[in-house]
Amino acid sequence: MSLRPDLAIIADHVAPGARVLDVGCGHGELMAVLRDTRQVDARGLELSPEDVSLAVARGLSVIQGDADTDLAFYPPASFDYAILSQTLQTTRAPDMVLEELLRIGRRAFVSFPNFAYWRIRWSLMWGGRMPTTSSLPDSWYATDNIHMVTIDDFRSFLGDRGITVERAWFLRGAKQCSAAAANFRAEHAVFLLRR
Amino acid sequence: MAATAPLDDPRFGLARTARLPGPLRLDGGAFLAPVEIAYETYGTLAADGGNAILVCHALTGDQHLASTHPRTGKPGWWTRMVGPGRPIDPARDFVICANVLGSCMGSSGPASIDPTTGAPYAMRFPVITLRDMVRAQAMLVDHLGIGRLRAVVGGSMGGMQVLEWAATFPDRVASAVVIASAPRHSAQNIAFHEVGRQAIMADPSWRGGNYYEHDDPPAAGLAVARMAAHITYLSEAGLTEKFGRRLQKREAKSFGFDADFQVESYLRHQGISFVDRFDANSYLYITRAMDYFDLAEEHGGLLANAFKGTKTRFCVVSFDTDWLYPTSESRAIVHALNAAGAQVSFVELSSPFGHDSFLLESPALEAVIDGFLKAGQT
Repeated sequence: MSLRPDLAIIADHVAPGARVLDVGCGHGELMAVLRDTRQVDARGLELSPEDVSLAVARGLSVIQGDADTDLAFYPPASFDYAILSQTLQTTRAPDMVLEELLRIGRRAFVSFPNFAYWRIRWSLMWGGRMPTTSSLPDSWYATDNIHMVTIDDFRSFLGDRGITVERAWFLRGAKQCSAAAANFRAEHAVFLLRR
Repeated sequence: MAATAPLDDPRFGLARTARLPGPLRLDGGAFLAPVEIAYETYGTLAADGGNAILVCHALTGDQHLASTHPRTGKPGWWTRMVGPGRPIDPARDFVICANVLGSCMGSSGPASIDPTTGAPYAMRFPVITLRDMVRAQAMLVDHLGIGRLRAVVGGSMGGMQVLEWAATFPDRVASAVVIASAPRHSAQNIAFHEVGRQAIMADPSWRGGNYYEHDDPPAAGLAVARMAAHITYLSEAGLTEKFGRRLQKREAKSFGFDADFQVESYLRHQGISFVDRFDANSYLYITRAMDYFDLAEEHGGLLANAFKGTKTRFCVVSFDTDWLYPTSESRAIVHALNAAGAQVSFVELSSPFGHDSFLLESPALEAVIDGFLKAGQT
């Protein structure tokens, strides 16, 4: 089983034996890999009851809940890592969710699609329509993505809040690309953050 | 797993009763001795005792979990969950189900003989709590020679017992499954129970609880109590789908007080069939025990304290149409478990059948329980 590229990066950089909360864990593909290959104590939070059922059926500890409201119920620093993959842009209050992630986890992995990727810019500029790409496939009225963000927006947000970037990875498809002009050239970004 | 328990061990099998010397110290301050517990077991206890699963029944349930009920002739109440190829499988698991303290299917309760008087306890039976029921179950588990349970599983009042087990005997519970339940009884829950109790006590045949030597128990009062409670087990959508406003075996309204509507006839049937298998005084005692239930209060007012340092894995399940123990109650349990750092899974399943959903066909529930229990096997 091969993980989605951003999840593969996260999986490779979680310390073995760590305590991890995966927010928006889907049916637990990252959690299962972390448990099986790195002896991680993984917990999940997921909105969809179908995904939660699938995750529990594979033996994972997953709670059905909403990142926007339920992170408040976790004590501070209760996890080594809090993970938010491809979920930030679907939350109602992404700033609050990020603050909660860094309260609950000593570190946080955050991955998101970069809305400043050149194909998206191209599509909006020349097509004049809301872009749909392989990573943002849904039409404007059907998409869960209500708070699109670019890499530069995200960096400036982190600067304003005094959040430290420990590492960052940039992806085009499954391939990593360099940090140079990442805001233009990268389709996805993965950040490892701490307070 | 190798079986060492001899097949003819009188402790194991269907229709068993243990007479435990006690005394059992009750939350109300009284001591109960001896303590009789009626129970059934299915499957074979592993040599290391590591495959034992305790199933806790709901208010009107009993120990006939997966065997034919001796009075009604109906199959066990959870044959959907317990049986060959089911999430709890006697081919692999050693399954225990005990009739709760205070009930009337063979465990010590108000209908039992008080050894000091030679007559039924009736209302002289001490008022009990859910924690008392669980302590009695723990005595039974000791009697069976089992130290640690692989899982304790229950729905509704059974789920409350599961929570009490995890809070009172954390080292004896590896996994806990809490379905359609709550960490305490709400004012609304208490209100519905009070209606039922008042119906029983208003029945002239109740006689202050001393009806055992007479031929007519307070059947009318108990039937009304059951009818009122039964409404809380269903959902409006479920009732509408099943009955709507359809009339029962007639073309037009009778302009009288017969059961014109199908829903009336259904409730009357539920009430009448219940009095054949349940004791009115037991109904009073068990509903009282549930009303007193408040796990946070038992632990300094903070629910998370009930689970401090627990190593037990938890699985909490609610149903979206359950208004008796709604999802918000399950979430309160989950938040407390999170705060305590416990391993916990939670899912709200969709079903039109209200609180009763946990007893009905639910492939989603079965899949969740199956996956959760299998993952706990070591």
